[in-house]
Amino acid sequence: MSQIRPLFKREFLGYFRSPVAYVFLISFLVISVSLAFSRYGNFFKNGTASLESYFIFFPWLFMFIVPAVGMRLWSEEKRAGTIELLFTLPITTLEAVLGKFLAGWAFLTLAILLSFPMALTVGFLGQPDWGVMAATYLGAILMAGAYLGICALTSALTKNQVISFVLSLAACAVFVFLGLSSFTTTLESILPVSVADMVSNFSFVTHFDAFTKGIIDPKDVIFFLSLMGFTLVLNVVALER
Amino acid sequence: MIEVTGLVKNYGTKRAVDGISFKVNRGEILGFLGPNGAGKSTTMKMLTGFIRADAGTASVGGIDVTVDPVAVKRQLGYLPESAPAYPEMTVEEFLSFIAEVRGFRTATAKRERVEHVLGLTHLNSVRSQSIETLSKGYKQRVGFAQALIHNPPALILDEPTDGLDPNQKNEVRALIKNMAAEKAVILSTHILEEVDAICTRVIIIARGRIVADETPAALRARQPGARLDEIFRTLTA
Repeated sequence: MSQIRPLFKREFLGYFRSPVAYVFLISFLVISVSLAFSRYGNFFKNGTASLESYFIFFPWLFMFIVPAVGMRLWSEEKRAGTIELLFTLPITTLEAVLGKFLAGWAFLTLAILLSFPMALTVGFLGQPDWGVMAATYLGAILMAGAYLGICALTSALTKNQVISFVLSLAACAVFVFLGLSSFTTTLESILPVSVADMVSNFSFVTHFDAFTKGIIDPKDVIFFLSLMGFTLVLNVVALER
Repeated sequence: MIEVTGLVKNYGTKRAVDGISFKVNRGEILGFLGPNGAGKSTTMKMLTGFIRADAGTASVGGIDVTVDPVAVKRQLGYLPESAPAYPEMTVEEFLSFIAEVRGFRTATAKRERVEHVLGLTHLNSVRSQSIETLSKGYKQRVGFAQALIHNPPALILDEPTDGLDPNQKNEVRALIKNMAAEKAVILSTHILEEVDAICTRVIIIARGRIVADETPAALRARQPGARLDEIFRTLTA
């Protein structure tokens, strides 16, 4: 497992060796902050000292933004032929998968944490509950990891980055839409309530909501972690086949 | 050092490699010859553990590649065809990364290895340039440097002189020749003069099978007076 470190380092710094990192970080922050200040977010009008109006868009935003980070993970290696170089180095597939995934996750974590001026603003304007805020940040980071797991997997399936992006987007969309009330109502009309409940339990929105209220429920944490584990195992299988 | 027995690889219904067996000892430079699509690269990829063989075994230093692929990869230096490398990295960053994965963890050990191969492959003048800005010849040398960084006992080079100008070709050949005394080297090529210039043994493959396995002199003796490419054409037709 000691081989993960050099792979992680190369991948993480790789984001900053091209304009990708800067374009991504700036767009992410501009879009997320503008959504909070928009009439849909009502950051000021709400009159509450919380970041709820900022984080409420995250499941939607991640649907587009995480595939942008994840699409290149394997597709790019396959296209450039560097995958042959990588897998003739003395590393196992699992080490390669983990190194790359952790680098992407660390990059997304950095993007999320760079929203700290929003937190400071709320702290300056009122007395926010810092515990709730910390829980929300934790939830956002875990959710980003789960999205990235899906995107890394779809990226391993193709050498075309566009296909990888579209597949990731579609897969992530499923996990978002499962939790929408209009969707679950429709589902409940066709399926027994228990089944509909189970299906909507797979939604990112449902699990993330608890974090934004300051609740760190083990079942939500386990949901995100196990989804990451599951997609990473599939990722190894997809690369070894 | 390198031993291959009955390797087979199918792509769909097409048999790309059909029961290839050979041995390479230390001090030997084996030239792997064949028309495009004959199965040269596929054989090399199976030997390096990058793709799995459908049948047969390949081992390096007595270790079977299917049993312990990581141990085999540790002993191998491999230059894939067209020398892929991460384009956004500089030559130095890239070689440092390879050195680190190859087990040179301390800064001094890493620097020592990187400096050594930079000198060996004459890359010092472009060390801080990103790989995407390099010419084909330089890229090829970066790939070569990467394969040599851990001083492996076995070297597998897929078309090492492809894309180089005549001077660079000569240089790379001299480099391979100098190192060969204590290494087992396999190089694939479709340049026949290369075989004459550096190889101690030649294997010619056509349609996935070995059609000749002998010294360059014995290959010439097949048709006295004929040019090497005529012999090659007769064998692979």
